[in-house]
Amino acid sequence: MSQLATHKAIEAVWYIESARIIGALTRMLRDVGLAEELAQDALVSALETWPQTGVPDNPAAWLMTAARHRALDRLRHHKLQLARHEAFGRDRQIEQELAGIDPLAALDDPVGDDVLRLLFIACHPVLPPEGRVALTLRLLGGLSTDEIARAFLVPEPTIAQRIVRAKRTLSAAQVPFEVPQKQDLPERLGSVLAVIYLIFNEGYAATAGDDWMRPALCDEALRLGRILAALAGDESEVHGLVALMEIQASRARARTDAHGRPVLLLEQNRARWDHLLIQRGLAALERARALGGLLGPYALQAGIAACHARACTAEATDWQEICALYDALAQVSPSPVVELNRAVAVCMAFGPEAGLAAVDALLNEPALRQYHLLPAVRADFLFRLGRFEEAGAAFERAAAMTRNLPERTLLLARAQSCQSQLLSKPDTIG
Amino acid sequence: MRFMVIVRSTKESEAGVPPDEATLTAMGKYNEELVKAGVMLAGEGLQPSAKGARVRFSGKDRTVIDGPFAETKELIAGFWIMQTKSLEECIEWVKRSPNPFHTESDIEIRQIFEAEDFGDEFTPEARESEARLREQLANQGH
Repeated sequence: MSQLATHKAIEAVWYIESARIIGALTRMLRDVGLAEELAQDALVSALETWPQTGVPDNPAAWLMTAARHRALDRLRHHKLQLARHEAFGRDRQIEQELAGIDPLAALDDPVGDDVLRLLFIACHPVLPPEGRVALTLRLLGGLSTDEIARAFLVPEPTIAQRIVRAKRTLSAAQVPFEVPQKQDLPERLGSVLAVIYLIFNEGYAATAGDDWMRPALCDEALRLGRILAALAGDESEVHGLVALMEIQASRARARTDAHGRPVLLLEQNRARWDHLLIQRGLAALERARALGGLLGPYALQAGIAACHARACTAEATDWQEICALYDALAQVSPSPVVELNRAVAVCMAFGPEAGLAAVDALLNEPALRQYHLLPAVRADFLFRLGRFEEAGAAFERAAAMTRNLPERTLLLARAQSCQSQLLSKPDTIG
Repeated sequence: MRFMVIVRSTKESEAGVPPDEATLTAMGKYNEELVKAGVMLAGEGLQPSAKGARVRFSGKDRTVIDGPFAETKELIAGFWIMQTKSLEECIEWVKRSPNPFHTESDIEIRQIFEAEDFGDEFTPEARESEARLREQLANQGH
């Protein structure tokens, strides 16, 4: 094996094993920062040794053993220090750790509990959201600081600092390394799901020409979601989130045209949707249903996405079902943006008059005052009602509000088409 | 990236000999590992080629050939669709698979095409014309 091939093989094994190794070490050392540092040391020694000796038969066990030895050295050292200070607070625990030296057995985490605990600690509410994201990608995504920085379009030192601060905060707050108890579970799980979905959306928002690390975030979020679904399979919202991400990802190929311009959902070529991902998404939604959890915010959004995924053509979309799902979503997680989407669904299900009434109810919503889609949606409804003059004015207002150039071009073109309608049908004026 | 991981047929698989208990258990455990790692998107085992057929294309002609087919080692006994960060990661996962057969056998790893794989040489215009070509072909095929 060439030097390069060996390095790539090591990288691959590290990507697969790092979360398990860091998890096992955190369990031993009760310090996620130290655990990561020692796991990295083990990786460095693999990078030094394997090009000479060749990749071992069981590279995962090799790495785990190397990391565990480093952790045990630390514990021994710590024990000596404690002995010197005649403080034996953690003595028994250390004895147990030392007695249980069976490096291969350390690989045995058949339930994946260490990985699950690691995910919960990385997404702990004591951390600011950007710290949760960076730490999760670092500890569970096996991504380097540089890769995370490129993905989020921020300088590398910023990410490095977020990670350092997050580790320090966890250590200062003495956050225990555990799967949360029943009463804390909803909040803690909510934070984990939010972090994963944030990572997904960051990747989904990437545009053509962006660094490939940005779209790679979608894959990373999907991977984390799928891992979570396998490890915490009793939680319906986990499957709801996975369903949502699988179905959204299924449209990735159809979301832009040949020139990288965005294509709206209803105009996408459905043959280009990824039907394997759609099937997986629908299956995940079914699991959420079987667990009695179709009313969580992620499952509801996945339910809406599924309505589109099930329709063979845009015309076949079940808009009444989508309306009902938006009604439910507006109740469990009310937001003006949900209301605006609901208005669109109302228009599609019950006609532009009903849609206009729904959107007009949002005109005084402060959160939407700067949101160009509010006049854009309203303009579209007015256009459908043949009220071209008002529609044209609303399209122009929307165009002036957006900072996205292709979008502005599109909105101005639509304003122009209102003018043409007025000119071609002068009798409809007034 | 995504890979199709193809299990090549052997005499046993072509004879329809079901895998023994130990192999089944080991495979079940392995699949579970793949799922827990978020790597496995799909996977199926295939019946012997005796239960399948081939359609041979030659110009406008279509000839149906019933199984079984002779070239055992070229046939497929099963597959996984795996999503990994690299070919090396996929190789690492495949090396961890239990041996599917008692005799010597191959598992082949093939990358699935994604739109972005065509890179710079595949310009937007070329992409579009390819899409148009496909559409035309689809229309011709009734």
